[in-house]
Amino acid sequence: MRWMWIDRIVELVPRERLVAIKHVSLAEDHLHDHFPAQGARPPMPVMPGSLIIEGMAQTAGILVGHAESFREKVILAKVTRAELLDDARPGHTLRYIATIENLTKQGASTRGIIELLEPDGSDPRPFGSVDLVFSHIDHNITGTEFPDHNFVFSESFRTLLRTSGIADDFADHEADHR
Amino acid sequence: MNQDEIFEKVREVLVEALAVDEDEVTPEATLFSDLGAESIDVLDISFQLERAFGIKIGQGELFPEGVTQDPEYVQDGKLTDKGLQTLREQLPHFDLSAIEKDRSVQNVVSMFTVQSLVNFVAQKLKEQNA
Repeated sequence: MRWMWIDRIVELVPRERLVAIKHVSLAEDHLHDHFPAQGARPPMPVMPGSLIIEGMAQTAGILVGHAESFREKVILAKVTRAELLDDARPGHTLRYIATIENLTKQGASTRGIIELLEPDGSDPRPFGSVDLVFSHIDHNITGTEFPDHNFVFSESFRTLLRTSGIADDFADHEADHR
Repeated sequence: MNQDEIFEKVREVLVEALAVDEDEVTPEATLFSDLGAESIDVLDISFQLERAFGIKIGQGELFPEGVTQDPEYVQDGKLTDKGLQTLREQLPHFDLSAIEKDRSVQNVVSMFTVQSLVNFVAQKLKEQNA
């Protein structure tokens, strides 16, 4: 399963809020290059900040996509604000909490909070915040047209929804499309 | 809320949405050339204006959708009569006098000044309180 930066959706309040988790694992190849040993300094495997932002984009993007039964092509348009307070290391779990702030025909803006859970089971602690803007690109103001097929919510997203126990709401209209 | 108060809030929105310095946001500054806005910023600006002023901005109210790409509205880089009429209908809050004189498409983009946003918000607030 490529390019999925969340492991499971744990809560969904349609059109309002979606919570997802991501387990950081030493089996992820990139952690060995981020950062490798250098001179006397030992390796420092930490999850790249850009991928943490991608995790929030996927969390919030699914929430926005779900609101219109995945008919819209929801594209990340803007990272309005991102603040990460700490490092996420192997064994940590990130908890992404996305809420919709605005939702219109053209797109949506979301607010996101990230919490970090230590492997010892202690209470989650604040890890950062990521606010985003998404475009429903078929309604873009420049009038550019895109293919009919919804290339955003691919098989990987559908698998995630299914394994998280969320109804695969877009199966029907995808079938219509075929 | 008077014009100065509206301007201050519009300025805050633009500083946040476009990551520009406060002193760059003058009434005459144009959104797309002076402040470097891109089409996607219009969505963000519209969301932020709604929040800052408690107003509702409908689709296409802040920016004419698809007009400048439509061959019916634009020919040889200039607005047709129909294009101008459509802009008048879509953007009743904007001052279109410059475009009426020179119908170059670039003028459509340059009419989006900070002042035009202030006027837009002022009109919206007036309608809301009417």
